[in-house]
Amino acid sequence: MSADVLDSLDYDEVLARFEPVLGLEVHVELSTATKMFCGCANVFGAPPNTQVCPTCLGLPGSLPVLNGAAVESAMRIGLALNCSIAPWCRFARKNYFYPDMPKNFQTSQYDEPIALNGSLEVHLADGTTFTVAIERAHMEEDTGKSLHVGGATGRIHGASHSLLDYNRAGVPLIEIVTKPIVGAGERAPEIARAYVTTLRDLLRALDVSDVRMDQGSLRCDANVSLMPRGSSTFGTRTETKNVNSLRSVERAVRHEMCRQAAVLAAGGEIVQETRHFDEATGTTSAGRRKETSEDYRYFPEPDLVPIAPSDERVERLRATLPELPWQRRARVQAEWGLSEAELRDLVNAGALELIAATVDAGASSAEARSWWVAYLAQQANSRGVELAELAITPAQVARVIALVAAGTLTNNLARQVVDGILAGEGEPDEVIAARGLAVVSDDAELTAAVEQALAAQPDVAEKIRGGKVAAAGAIVGAVMRATGGQADAQRVRELVLALVSA
Amino acid sequence: MPTISRDEVAHLARLARLAVTEEELDLFAGQLEVILTSVARVSEVAAEDIPPTSHAVGLTDVYRADIPRPGLTQEQALSGAPASEAGRFRVPRILDES
Amino acid sequence: MNAPLTRLSASELAARIHAREISAVEVARAHLERITAVDPVVHAFLHLDAERALAAATATDEGLQRGDPPASPLAGVPLALKDVFTTVDMPTTCGSQILQGWRPPYDATVTRRLREAGVVILGKTNMDEFAMGSSTENSAFGPTRNPWDLERVPGGSGGGSAAAVAAFEVPIAIGTDTGGSIRQPSAVTGTVGVKPTYGGVSRYGLVAFSSSLDQGGPVARTVLDAALLHQVIGGHDPLDSTSIDAPVPPVVQAARAGADGDLRGVRVGVISQFRGEGYQPGVLRAFELAISRLRELGAQVIEVSCPSFDHAMPAYYLIAPSECSSNLARFDGMRYGLRIGDDGSRSAEEVMALTREAGFGPEVKRRIMLGTYALSAGYYDAYYGQAQKVRTLIIRDFAAAFEQVDVLVSPTTPTTAFRIGERVDDPLAMYLSDLCTIPSNLAGNAALSVPAGLSDEDGLPVGLQVIAPALADDRAYRVAAAYEVARDAAEGGPLAQRLPGLAGESIPGPDMAEVVGL
Repeated sequence: MSADVLDSLDYDEVLARFEPVLGLEVHVELSTATKMFCGCANVFGAPPNTQVCPTCLGLPGSLPVLNGAAVESAMRIGLALNCSIAPWCRFARKNYFYPDMPKNFQTSQYDEPIALNGSLEVHLADGTTFTVAIERAHMEEDTGKSLHVGGATGRIHGASHSLLDYNRAGVPLIEIVTKPIVGAGERAPEIARAYVTTLRDLLRALDVSDVRMDQGSLRCDANVSLMPRGSSTFGTRTETKNVNSLRSVERAVRHEMCRQAAVLAAGGEIVQETRHFDEATGTTSAGRRKETSEDYRYFPEPDLVPIAPSDERVERLRATLPELPWQRRARVQAEWGLSEAELRDLVNAGALELIAATVDAGASSAEARSWWVAYLAQQANSRGVELAELAITPAQVARVIALVAAGTLTNNLARQVVDGILAGEGEPDEVIAARGLAVVSDDAELTAAVEQALAAQPDVAEKIRGGKVAAAGAIVGAVMRATGGQADAQRVRELVLALVSA
Repeated sequence: MPTISRDEVAHLARLARLAVTEEELDLFAGQLEVILTSVARVSEVAAEDIPPTSHAVGLTDVYRADIPRPGLTQEQALSGAPASEAGRFRVPRILDES
Repeated sequence: MNAPLTRLSASELAARIHAREISAVEVARAHLERITAVDPVVHAFLHLDAERALAAATATDEGLQRGDPPASPLAGVPLALKDVFTTVDMPTTCGSQILQGWRPPYDATVTRRLREAGVVILGKTNMDEFAMGSSTENSAFGPTRNPWDLERVPGGSGGGSAAAVAAFEVPIAIGTDTGGSIRQPSAVTGTVGVKPTYGGVSRYGLVAFSSSLDQGGPVARTVLDAALLHQVIGGHDPLDSTSIDAPVPPVVQAARAGADGDLRGVRVGVISQFRGEGYQPGVLRAFELAISRLRELGAQVIEVSCPSFDHAMPAYYLIAPSECSSNLARFDGMRYGLRIGDDGSRSAEEVMALTREAGFGPEVKRRIMLGTYALSAGYYDAYYGQAQKVRTLIIRDFAAAFEQVDVLVSPTTPTTAFRIGERVDDPLAMYLSDLCTIPSNLAGNAALSVPAGLSDEDGLPVGLQVIAPALADDRAYRVAAAYEVARDAAEGGPLAQRLPGLAGESIPGPDMAEVVGL
C-alpha cells in the first residue's frame, strides 16, 4: 500500500503539525557559445551526435580545457547573488558509471565552489519579502541525453535498449544551492516558486542563460522535509526532480509536504530518496531506491589547473554587472511613479521585467503597462502559462505600440497583430503583411464606403443633417464593419460629417 | 596494518564495474593486502603542516576562448561504436539510477 | 648496403637525406626490412604501416627534390610510436584487449607534430597494458623481448619503443613515462630515454594512465637524437591545460655543447638513497664508474640526501592507481572498443562489468581496485591525501638538492633486465624496478637515462639517470651528452653498437670502424 494514495492530509492540518524545511538546487545551463571543456557549439536541438568532439565524447586521450567565458558567467552569478568569490578553487572528478556520461565521471566542482555564502531576497504576493540564504554556486558539466526504446512511451522502465546523444554532454552548468530554508511555514511552496522566479529574472538580466525551464536550461530539484512543530531537528528529506515549470515548483513542494505529512501522521517513516514530479497529476513518485549509498570517490581533477581570480579581476567583474532586477524595480517605481501596491501587482503578475524591457525597446511606460497587464495578461491566463512564457518578446510589443502611435494600426488591429505573433506567424510587420491588417487610409476607398453606408441608412443621414451629430456613430460603425476594422475611425467620422453637410 | 577481505574486494569490484570471478576475489584480496601494507608507509610522514600537491606544475587560470571549433561528424563520432541506431550510440537497457 | 643505414643515428640519417645522398624511402625500406627480419623474435611492434610510411617518406623526398627546406631536422627519419598515442590511420590499443582494433577519429598532438615535422611513422609499439608495468609482459598481445637477451624483459611499460630502438628497427621512438616507463626500458636496453618536464610535451591524445604523472618523451640511441626528437614533439599545446606556455628548453644546443666533453663548473649530486642495499652489484659498479667519468670531465660531484624519496614508491602506488581507476572508467563498451555480453537481456550495467572483466588484464584490474579503495570514503585522507603530502615533501627535497647541485644522478633502475616471467606473480618485486625513477614523476621535473656500459656480472646494459629541475631539461642533456662522449671514447664506441646478433638475423654485424668514423 503506497503512501501516495493516502495523500489526503489537509494543507492546514499539515501546517498545524509540521514545519517544512526546503532546500532548492537549481541547475542553469549557460548560454556560452561553446561547451565547458571543449570548443563544440553549445546549441539546443541539433541532429544527434553532431555537436561532439573527442573531449565531450570522452574518447581515450582527450583532455578538457576550461571555457573562460563560463568561469566569468559563474563569477557574475556569484557576485549577483552576493556570494564571495573563492580566491582559489578547483574542479574535482565525481566518479560513477552511467551511460549518459562519456567518461564515467563528471567533472564538477565539489568542496571548492567558485562562489559561496550569498543571499537572494524574494518578494511575495502579500508584499512581504523573504531572504533565501545561498550556500554556494559551482560549475559542472551536463550529461548526454538518453532515448529509451521499447518500453512504454519512452520511459526508462521496461525499455529494451537505449540510444545516446552526446550533444548536451559537456554543456556548462552552474548549480546554485540554497541553505536550508526554515521558517517558511505555509508560504513554503510560494517561497520556492518566488525564489526560482527571482533567480530566473536575475539570470536573464545577467544574460548568462536562456533560462527556459521547458527546454531544460533551468532545472530545479526540490528537497523537502518536515519537522514536528516545536522541534528543531530536520526530518528525513526527499529530493524531487523533473520540476519543469515555475508552477510545478510550487505544486511539487506543496504535494511533497502533504504526502510526507500523511506518511508521518500514519506513523510511517520518510525514506531518503529521489522522487519524480508528474506534471499531469501534480504528484511525486519514488525513483529506484539505491541499495548502497553512493561513493563518488571525489578527487581533484588532474587535467585542469586551479582557478585563482585576483581581487582586481573580481572587482572589475562586479563593476560590469548590469542593473539587477531589484535595482531596476526601485528605479522604475520612481520613474513610472508607481505606488507600492501598483509595483507589487506588476511584480506578482510577472510583468515588471517585461514592461521594463518593452520600455527599453522604445515604448512609453503607460502603453507598455497597458499591454502587458491587460490584453497579454488575458492571453496568458487563457493559455494557462506565465506572462513570460508567451511567445512574444518585449521588442515585438514595443513595435506594435509604435505602429499604433504612427497610425498604421488601430487598437483593434494591433490586438489582431499580437494574436498573429502569439500564433507563431512571425514579426509584427510580417503578420500585418500576411493578414493584410494595415489601416485603410485611402480616402477614395473610405468615401465610397461612407456613401454606401449613408445610402443604406437614409434616416440616420437625415438625423445628422438635423444636427444630431452623435448619430454619426452608427454610420462610422457600419463603415468599420465593412472595412473589417481596418479603417481609422476618426477619419471615417470626419468623412461622414463632410459628406452629410455637402 | 590494513587488511582487506574478500567482501571488500567484491565491493570494490562492484564500484569499479568489474565482474570478477571467485578465484580473482581470493587472488586480489591477498595481493591488495600485500600492496596496501607496503604503501601504508605514506602515513608515517608528518601530516598537519604539509599541504598536499595535486599538480606538480604551478599553473593556474588556463582558459580557452569561447569560440566554437569544428569537432567530429556524426559518422566519425559513431565510428568506433559497438552498436549505433538513428545517429545515436545504441546501448543495452539502462537501469534507473536517479 | 641496408645494414649500415639501420645502424646510423637519426641525425646522421637526416643529414644524408637532406643532402640527398640517400632517399627517405630507402631509409624507410631499410628499417622495414630490419623489422621484418628481427621483429618476429623481438616483438616490439603491434602495428606496422609500410604503405603509409613509404608515402610519408616519398613526400619528404619529393619536397627535397623541389628544393623545399626539410620540414624539420628529423624530416624523413623513421620512428616508432608507442601505441598509447592516438593515430587516425592506425589502431590505438594501449596493449589492451578492451581497445583491440580501435581506430581513433583524431590524432594526438605528438602524432600531429611528428607528421608535420616529416618524421616517418613506421608503426605502433608494444607496451604494458595502459602503461601499467615494468616489463611489457602485461601487454594483451604478448611480451616484447630484450634484444640484448631474448629471454629477458625489455623493461616497461615502453618496452616496445626501447627494444625497437635497441634492435636497430628504428633510430628513434616515442615513449611515455608515468613512473619510469621511458627511462627504465632505456636503461635495460642500452638506449637513451628522456622524461621531459611535466607539461613540456602535450598529453592531448596520450591515453591517460595517471594524468598528473604521465609525460611523453623521446627514445633514441644517442643523446643528440633524443634532443632533436624532444624539440619536435615539445612545446605549448592549447589543447592540454597542463602544457607549459614557454619555449622548449634549448635541448639540442645543450646536447651539442655537452659533446664538447667539458663539465667544469657543473655540480653533480649523487642521491644517497639510491645506491645501497637491494642494488645489483654490477649496476652499482657501472654507476661508480660513470661517476668517476663525470669527475674526469670536470664535474664537481657531491653526495646529496633526499630522505623523503623513501616514501616515493608508496605514494606513487596510491596516486597512480587512484587516477587510473578514474581514467579507465570510460572503457565500458558503450561508445568504442570491446563489448561483451550484450545478448538483449542484460542491462548496460551488467554489460559494462562483463566487458571490463574480459577486456582488462590482471595488473590493470589490480590497480583499478587499489585506486578505487584509496579514493573511497573513509580511506581518502589516509591514502590519497597522505600520498599528495609525500609529493610535497619530495618536491621540497628536490628543491633543497638543486640549491646545492645543478643535476642529480643515480642508477636508473636497481637491476639489469630480469628474466621473462620472473616477477609476474610478485607485484611488489615488479614495482621495485621504478624505485629510482618515480620521484621525478611525482615532482614533475626532467630526467633521462643514458647508457652506462654493461654490468660486469651479466653483460647487460645499465642506465645512468640524470635529473634536472623542472624546465631545465637542457642541463640533463648537457651532462648526458658529455658523459656519452667520454664513455664511448673509453669503451671504443657506442654501447648500442655492441648489440649481439639476434636470432633469425642474417645480417652480419656492422663495420664498427665505418659507423664510428662517420
